[in-house]
Amino acid sequence: MARLNVNGKNYDVDAEPAMPLLWAIREQVGLTGTKYGCGVAQCGACTVHIDGAAVRSCAVSANSAAGKKITTIEGLAVNGQLTKVQKAWVENEVPQCGYCQTGMVMAVSALLAKKPKPTEADIDAAITNICRCGTFQQVRAAIHAAANS
Amino acid sequence: MSTVKTMPDLSRRSFIIGTAAVGSGLALGLSIPFGARTARAAGYTVSWAEATPEVNAWVVIKPDDTVVIRIARSEMGQGTLTGLAQMVAEELECDWSKVTTEYPTPGQSVARKRVWGDFSTGGSRGIRESHEYVRRGGAVARTMLIQAAADEWKVPAAECSAANSIITHGPSGRTTTYGKVAEAASKVAQPKDVPLKDPKDWKLIGKSVHRLDTVDKVTGKMIYTADFTLPGMLLAAIKECPVFGGKLKSFDAAKVSSMRGVKHVLQVGDSAVAVVADSWWRAKVALDALPIVWDEGASAKVSSASIAATLKEGLGAEQAFVGNKNGDAKTALAGAAKKIEAVYAHPYLNHAPMEPMNTVARYTPERCEVWLGTQNGEASFAAVLAASGLPADKCEVYKLMLGSGFGRRGAFQDYVRQAVLIAKQIPGVPVKLQWSREEDMTQGRYHPITQCKLTGGFDANNNLTALHVRVSGQSILTSVRPEALVNGMDPAVFQGMAPSGEFEFGYTAIPNYLVDHAMRNPHVPPGFWRGVNINQNAIYMECFMDELAQAAGQDPLEFRRKLMVKNPKHLAVLNAAAERAGWGTPAPKGVFRGLAQMKGYNSFVAACAEVSVTGGNKVKVHRIVAATDCGYAVNPSLIERQIAGSFVYGLSALFYQECTVKNGRIEQTNFHNYQSMRVAQMPKVEAIVMPSGGFWGGVGEPTICVAAPAVLNAIAAATGKRFRSFPLKNHGITLV
Repeated sequence: MARLNVNGKNYDVDAEPAMPLLWAIREQVGLTGTKYGCGVAQCGACTVHIDGAAVRSCAVSANSAAGKKITTIEGLAVNGQLTKVQKAWVENEVPQCGYCQTGMVMAVSALLAKKPKPTEADIDAAITNICRCGTFQQVRAAIHAAANS
Repeated sequence: MSTVKTMPDLSRRSFIIGTAAVGSGLALGLSIPFGARTARAAGYTVSWAEATPEVNAWVVIKPDDTVVIRIARSEMGQGTLTGLAQMVAEELECDWSKVTTEYPTPGQSVARKRVWGDFSTGGSRGIRESHEYVRRGGAVARTMLIQAAADEWKVPAAECSAANSIITHGPSGRTTTYGKVAEAASKVAQPKDVPLKDPKDWKLIGKSVHRLDTVDKVTGKMIYTADFTLPGMLLAAIKECPVFGGKLKSFDAAKVSSMRGVKHVLQVGDSAVAVVADSWWRAKVALDALPIVWDEGASAKVSSASIAATLKEGLGAEQAFVGNKNGDAKTALAGAAKKIEAVYAHPYLNHAPMEPMNTVARYTPERCEVWLGTQNGEASFAAVLAASGLPADKCEVYKLMLGSGFGRRGAFQDYVRQAVLIAKQIPGVPVKLQWSREEDMTQGRYHPITQCKLTGGFDANNNLTALHVRVSGQSILTSVRPEALVNGMDPAVFQGMAPSGEFEFGYTAIPNYLVDHAMRNPHVPPGFWRGVNINQNAIYMECFMDELAQAAGQDPLEFRRKLMVKNPKHLAVLNAAAERAGWGTPAPKGVFRGLAQMKGYNSFVAACAEVSVTGGNKVKVHRIVAATDCGYAVNPSLIERQIAGSFVYGLSALFYQECTVKNGRIEQTNFHNYQSMRVAQMPKVEAIVMPSGGFWGGVGEPTICVAAPAVLNAIAAATGKRFRSFPLKNHGITLV
């Protein structure tokens, strides 16, 4: 049993010690915007924020996140108001299939919170999510658009 | 040889097989209102929409003027949902801001004699093979709406016109909206001959309107198969025999049945076992702990080395299928003043879509339903019929958004079959089968493996007089669609090197050429990997063109131009890419350029890559100029995104990816040993969309094939080294 604080709400989840946070969020909290892509912290589709930092939720246990502030993609927009990153994603039409994009948006949101005007090198170092559709050109444009908005 | 057609439509075949088994009563039954059933199945609330009759099969207009356009093809990121809606809306003359879309179900399609045509979404065919009937669907609906208004006003329909969802009676100036007359329009007789607009009058086709499915993809609201949930649903993880063709011998369910969350341990068919649990993660943990004994079968000793040896033998084999020829290449080569020869090899590849394979299924003896993202709803439907044993009027498929497909989720419905076979063992309980990434990597339908020997002959003046291209390796159609073979020959092997049609060879001024194929089919199941056989054929042909140009001491562009005089559209895109890139002018210091061109899926594509190489092995791709002539460009902005994305797919394969075989099974298991590009490696892609009109070409696939050869030619220009086997990581090359 662990008490998870997700998007400002508390959830008591029935997670054995090895259960990754990803599966507690998807199957117990019931928020499916956080995606399973690889399970080995390679692709980043499962990226959430833990105390503001981007974390690949397939690679941390649910129990280890107890008592911390967890934000998922569903927690970004408040009252339906998209964040500047989400708006930039819409305006630049970044997503293709979209499956990886929630993780991408979470990774970028954490980057911009830390570095509001990231350089190309900052982006290259921080954004290592895989997108098989290949949206990277729009990802980069949208990051700059969000930073300048 | 006739036109080569690829991404063959297995659906149609399996559809016929599937439906033939259930007799001829298919067009009956299924009277539940259409949109409502789909919506309910997808978990949405249905209210008055249920009561709104359709104008025709393609268009429903609600009283509030919302326009629902039905799309049979599948959206998987390529934008076809938006493009097809634009085409219906163009003729419908509706208010684009009120447009929404829905998928018809395959069951409904069967009941209505396939009124929506082909559901198959592969071969870059979504738009180019349905443009006419979807536009006609919009035009017919517009005509019916106008007729309904005219009837109400008791005026001739010819005096009325429609624009932006408003119908106007010219002489009186009276107006009404589509929403107000839609119900009456649904009762108007469908007109037979409705003319379509001349392309020059298009207002919406050709416009870069925003795609219709973006917002939910950035908020987490979009429901993919992985996210779809039914009340009481259980979760399944599966393992299929890792050696292709092997069987399940035994498993010890008792070892895991008491593990947390485990509900069932089930055999699936004769070669797989699944654990069903209250959580997918728990199911996977138990599956990994389950003792399983496989009967690995006849292929348990096959390795990459044994496959390579088989293919190598084919390079010199006497027997080969002739795919294209001109003059007498062998005689001309024998008499050539100078000959050069090169052997290339291309590995197996996995599609690796971000969302691993999955299906939600619910079976009772009375009804079997599945929910999934599929590239071909009808192929899924046929798989449900076959696996459930139920007739068509007791089966249904509800389509969801795909976490992409790249060809894996179309012709192959193995995971649908598995899900139904699991659901059948727990009747009434909905179950979601989710493959792990490891299962996805090792149970693919792989880009086929080939080698290629190319021989070119010159006369004394360095003119290319003869070319022999010998491909040795795997045929997709032999295992997937054998009825498409032509006297044993797989015509799809010659994509991009074909005598005519949508994969037409671009160097037909070569006086003597021969393209032939020694078919060698290893046990690894091949599939249609985005772009299919143009991918390796473009590497073989375009890299060798540069090798020939070098041997002749000529500029690669000038050398090609002479051989392309009979192929002006091929040449036009090549010229466009080269000119925009600045071919013939100095590149930035340390930067080198490479070219490639190809015709695929009826589009002409070309690329000019700019790369630098440092330390002898660190490759930076700075910029790529890519030109596409797809005949008509429905949504240029979405086409530009397909072009840019194509370089990620193609260059990820070139630098990192191969599926190797050891002990009959695939060795790569996840993205750590099957890497994919990240944003840091993304070159700047400048797309030139240059539709020349008069034909329809695809855009989802063609550009991928020019990515690798353009970059390889640039690397060769930079280093003098020519790499002929892939991925480049095997040569110590890294992409930075």
